[in-house]
Amino acid sequence: MKQAITGNVGPRVRSDIEVTLELTDSGGIELNIRSKVKTMYGKAIEEQCRSLLQYFGIENARLSLNDSGALPFVIAARIEAAVKALTNTTRSFIPEMNEENLYGSSRDRFRFSRLYLPGNNPGMFLNAGLHSPDGVILDLEDSVAPDRKDEARILVRNALRAVNFYGAERMVRINQGERGLEDLEMVIPHNVHLILVPKCEDAETVRIIDRKIRDIKDKEGQSERIFLMPIIESARGVENAGEIAAASESVVAMAIGLEDYTADLGVQRTKEGGESIYARNRIVVASKAAGIQPIDSVFSDVGDMEGLLQNVLSAKAMGFEGMGCIHPRQIAVIRKGFSPSEEEMEKAKKIVIAYRDAREKGLGVVALGTKMIDAPVVARAEKTISLAVRLGLLPENWIEEEKAKS
Amino acid sequence: MKLVENAAGRMVPDEINGQEAIPFKGVGKHRPAGRKYAPPIPTCIDYPGDNNKVAGSLKEALVRCGLRDGMTISTHHHLRDGDLVSNQIFEIASEMGVRDLVWFPSASFPCNAPVIEYLEKGTVNRIEGSMNGPLGMFVSEGKMKGTAVLRSHGGRVQAIQDGEVKIDIAVLAAPAADSFGNAKGTGGPSATGVIGYAKPDYLYADKVIIVTDNLVDLPCWPMEIEGNYVDCVVVVDKIGLPEKIVSGTTQITKSPDRLLIAELTTSFLEKSGLLHDGATMQAGAGGTSLAIAVYVHQLLKKKGWKLSFGFGGSTKYMVDMLEEGQMGSILDAQAFDLDSVKSIEKNLNHIQYPVFNAYNYHSKGNLTTMMDIMILGATEIDTNFNGNVVTHSDGLLLHGIGGWQNCLHARNVIIPVPLFRDRIPVIVDRVTTLCGPGELIDVIITERGIAINPRRQDLIDAVRGKGLPLVTIEELKETAEKICGRPEKAAFDERVVAAIKWVDGTVIDAVHKVKK
Repeated sequence: MKQAITGNVGPRVRSDIEVTLELTDSGGIELNIRSKVKTMYGKAIEEQCRSLLQYFGIENARLSLNDSGALPFVIAARIEAAVKALTNTTRSFIPEMNEENLYGSSRDRFRFSRLYLPGNNPGMFLNAGLHSPDGVILDLEDSVAPDRKDEARILVRNALRAVNFYGAERMVRINQGERGLEDLEMVIPHNVHLILVPKCEDAETVRIIDRKIRDIKDKEGQSERIFLMPIIESARGVENAGEIAAASESVVAMAIGLEDYTADLGVQRTKEGGESIYARNRIVVASKAAGIQPIDSVFSDVGDMEGLLQNVLSAKAMGFEGMGCIHPRQIAVIRKGFSPSEEEMEKAKKIVIAYRDAREKGLGVVALGTKMIDAPVVARAEKTISLAVRLGLLPENWIEEEKAKS
Repeated sequence: MKLVENAAGRMVPDEINGQEAIPFKGVGKHRPAGRKYAPPIPTCIDYPGDNNKVAGSLKEALVRCGLRDGMTISTHHHLRDGDLVSNQIFEIASEMGVRDLVWFPSASFPCNAPVIEYLEKGTVNRIEGSMNGPLGMFVSEGKMKGTAVLRSHGGRVQAIQDGEVKIDIAVLAAPAADSFGNAKGTGGPSATGVIGYAKPDYLYADKVIIVTDNLVDLPCWPMEIEGNYVDCVVVVDKIGLPEKIVSGTTQITKSPDRLLIAELTTSFLEKSGLLHDGATMQAGAGGTSLAIAVYVHQLLKKKGWKLSFGFGGSTKYMVDMLEEGQMGSILDAQAFDLDSVKSIEKNLNHIQYPVFNAYNYHSKGNLTTMMDIMILGATEIDTNFNGNVVTHSDGLLLHGIGGWQNCLHARNVIIPVPLFRDRIPVIVDRVTTLCGPGELIDVIITERGIAINPRRQDLIDAVRGKGLPLVTIEELKETAEKICGRPEKAAFDERVVAAIKWVDGTVIDAVHKVKK
């Protein structure tokens, strides 16, 4: 008797379901539902199971559920994965698109924080967007066990349709190689904004993925641009950082993954990070040269918020414009770290005002007090101000307000 | 017995366990008459001249106090889940062949599950008190012979004082006591900090037994229970398991989602102006409430403000405010962790304050009406802001009322809750069991929006346009149902298994046996 088990159950598992499916020769559908929400949703769950099995053309089966409050999109994904493990069905049960998920993204939006969500743990999806990360990453790669890759892919597809991420950029980290290309077929038609390319070592990898995405979009009749963020996680990747950053118009950011990078070098990853200074600098320079955002590695001690802030400040000082997060509590710290400080804004305001005054007066030289200001200093101040305005830290008409004050 | 509709539109029994019951008439509508209940007049000629009241064992003491069929035995819950005394009473009664007792605890805990055996045997007819976990399940399944009666902490005091419940024997565990019966909550291996919940019991019971594992020289000072009210003192090896009486440290929630709700609540308190210099505040010991206490503490420090007083259940986080100067004093009915127990022992501004004085509705004023900010929980809230704290949406009775109903009388009642737990919506169209009328509940704070009771236009005006995610309660309900699906209602049998009393002794709702 062939049997498939999908999903998760256990004392710490919430909002998930374990599905055990056995195909039988006769006797119709035998359902066995164990659920902590049976009183409220028992009938709804039974109806959903029967209609799904019917959809996949299964007439005889034993289906057992062990449910810890899974939402319908999760139940559907788990059953579809079980069916696909036992049959060669070509059908997929695509949940309705939540109309609130139809927003888009843009090349130059902030990517300060992007929250990793292990692709096979639905409990973490539901409230992820409420913590206001710039992006959420539904991860199909390292956080998913090798024997769970197929079911995670279906779950992530369903989540992209059903789960409201409340305005966060919708990202998926695909697997490497051929499996990654299959991942794309599964997720691209469901309003993904950005694909993370793991362990990227050369420009060709980026181009292959870009072409694949174009093919899928053509087939589906999709027009929006889907962005790419290669992750550099090896010595070879660092060496090729320049060509990777410039490999395609779709690349909008490039990240570094330090766990794998230090493993590739054969050294320990330290909190001080001396072993990765070159690689991080290289990513920043290559990204800036290509006009994309350099993104730093995750900070893995989720209990150490002070350490995280120091890490963000040093990343910002190096030129990084974002960082991955593995816990929602890291988001606010990262955002604060990458935002201009009061001091930076005050200084920038003075420089910009002095520059505009000088220009109005037709002066060739800009001075602040007794100090001469060079053009690059003005450019940096302008950048700080525009960042502050975009973050809502300064009003659009800040100059008028400043002048009214003085 | 028949069911009648009360003022809240709920069908309630007009008789409970053979005693007439008054249906809920509306908030502040029932006026009691008559005089308070009083126990019989004792005389000291019945007590030994040296005032040594120590009995050889709990059994001897129970026999001396005349334990017999049908009596009401009361206990307090300061030993919480580490209580080693209560179950023994019924074990002894069972050995003696006593039947049909009524157990009247101020609360029960999972450690009291062994009482089920005595309920099954007939030693105990029913429990009148909060029911947690296994006991609640037993009641919900219709297995208890009598009808359970659930009261708030203040409602319990009211019921005793008004003579609705006559305690025959109060068996009161005490962390320290002397041979005369003076007793207190501090000191000894099983310190609870306070034993204030025992106050109505020792004042109104016919007979009072003190059980201690820490007999001290007379006088046991400062006494919370005076020996003049006590019949017997029993010395045992251990009254409780210290690690289960108080937590080492109560834990703030680690859940990022609950922390988000706590942040949103704190932001609401700030933007609404409810939090200000000199305000009064009470929050419980749940993980989210503790996080709110910590965030509020940070905000008070930033603003240079000080709360005039806080009302406990105290925790480390209130003690921190007291010690660092952001709270004038703590009035305390129970200590939840070791830091609080220590604080009571050393800090004069950490004041033992029994619920007797704070929560009883039939008294000359209630402390709760002085509280500016009251943070509470709930298992369900409905679109009329009615609240449920005793049953889950599947109809099972799983919690007690605690001080919840009493606290609803605060000036501003704020309930931070997740919009749904797993797949179960917390905001529903009608609460499974009504424990508190919506007119007393002001603000619901969820991770997906804040709903303010339309009766509180002043609060709505105070926070409008200040960047808070304001929604209506109906919108919250719809959002929950959009995500979870529309839940079906639990199905019940006709049999009433528990009555829910309101703070004035009237019946606000009834819990029925669940249909299997």
